[in-house]
Amino acid sequence: MSAIMLPGADGALYQRDHSWHPPANTPGYKSTTFRAPRQPLLALGATASELTGPTFGHSMLGPLDNDLMRNYSQDGTEAIGQRMIVYGQVLDENARAVPNTLVEFWQANAGGRYRHKREGYLAAIDPNFGGCGRTITDENGFYSFRTVKPGAYPWPNGANDWRPAHIHFSVFGHAFAQRLITQMYFEGDPMIWQCPIVGTVPDKAGIEQLIARLDRHNTTPMDALAYRFDIVLRGRRSTMFENKLEGN
Amino acid sequence: MLHPVPTLRETPSQTAGPYVHIGMTPNFAEIRGIYDADPGLAMLTPHTVGERIEIVGRIVDGAGSPVGDAVVEIWQADASGAFAAPMGPNSNSAPPFTGWGRQPVNAEGVFTFETIKPGPVAGPDGKPMAPHVSLWIVARGINIGLQTRLYFADEAEANAGDFVLNKILDPRRRQTLIARREEGTVPRYVLDIYLQGDKETVFFDI
Ligand SMILES: [Fe+3]
Repeated sequence: MSAIMLPGADGALYQRDHSWHPPANTPGYKSTTFRAPRQPLLALGATASELTGPTFGHSMLGPLDNDLMRNYSQDGTEAIGQRMIVYGQVLDENARAVPNTLVEFWQANAGGRYRHKREGYLAAIDPNFGGCGRTITDENGFYSFRTVKPGAYPWPNGANDWRPAHIHFSVFGHAFAQRLITQMYFEGDPMIWQCPIVGTVPDKAGIEQLIARLDRHNTTPMDALAYRFDIVLRGRRSTMFENKLEGN
Repeated sequence: MLHPVPTLRETPSQTAGPYVHIGMTPNFAEIRGIYDADPGLAMLTPHTVGERIEIVGRIVDGAGSPVGDAVVEIWQADASGAFAAPMGPNSNSAPPFTGWGRQPVNAEGVFTFETIKPGPVAGPDGKPMAPHVSLWIVARGINIGLQTRLYFADEAEANAGDFVLNKILDPRRRQTLIARREEGTVPRYVLDIYLQGDKETVFFDI
């Protein structure tokens, strides 16, 4: 479907605040050294190519896609680790819910080990834990999944650098320019503040936006803790109408 | 016209990390059985209208080494220049052409998309932009996803009038977005993407 702009309403997104995001080159995170573009980004302005984006139907999801405790179970056993629910709301900068958007997540197991052939950490593989899942936000922008708390792990950067427990998130929004990958951390973890990748985010308040809060009200008694992690995507300066309006 | 004032700040980006394939292309990462297929892998169906093409690119870092762990997504118009939504939230089937693709690179940093050549899309001035494909690149060492475009070398006339290409003042840098055409079973468009250095690709703030 093609996007139709109202006269006087360009539907553009708010300019991205690059001082709030990590710069491309962050010497503390050494992998950026040869992978960070050095030329300034070219400011593009809004076109239909950036203001539209893919949407995904709930019918693509399997029943266990948002249950990492069970979606890779080989023998009916659930994954080992601290059981938890991670949930939250996807919003835009205007504080409007972003419904029907695909959210993907991946993580290490409870021991801090990824199921990946290039991963060499000695922590044990959990035979019943794959480490990935996905869901689509509901009409109010909410998502949730069940998993086990990932472990911290060491990584080759400095001589002795460790990643705090974290979950990787990929979110689409409704415009290709809203596409975002980020990481979620856990409230109260002292390791957050010594991590070179966390430290790429320039502002302490920005880092705090990446920390999920323990939510006692949404725990499942005798079963799982709950953590809430809200995600904010870029918002539109004004309304863009499409053939089918989907909470732009 | 007054615009609303943003009340929240965008969640800061973080690198996709070295294990991005676990989350985005798990079957490629040999985690099988969770998803039937990796999303975005196949863009074409027998009912897709348009000229079949292949888009091939190689991602190279500032030391000249291939970036062997990246994931690339593309978003493009269909043959008529319209953007389709792959699936409506309540639909049970995808349209014949979704416009969205996702591919992991191989160990040599090379990605391949089998798709169709997009039609021209109207630019903000109402004039058509040259046919193009939007790209988004994530990997370890990339703190925020890189946005760029691929244009087609055999659209020289349209490219010359394209408002995005013309924003790039240095004509040599303009060339970093234009894929060369190679003949084959289907036409193949080849574009190398340089993250850094003399040939650094133009990336966008969109
Ligand atoms: Fe990680």
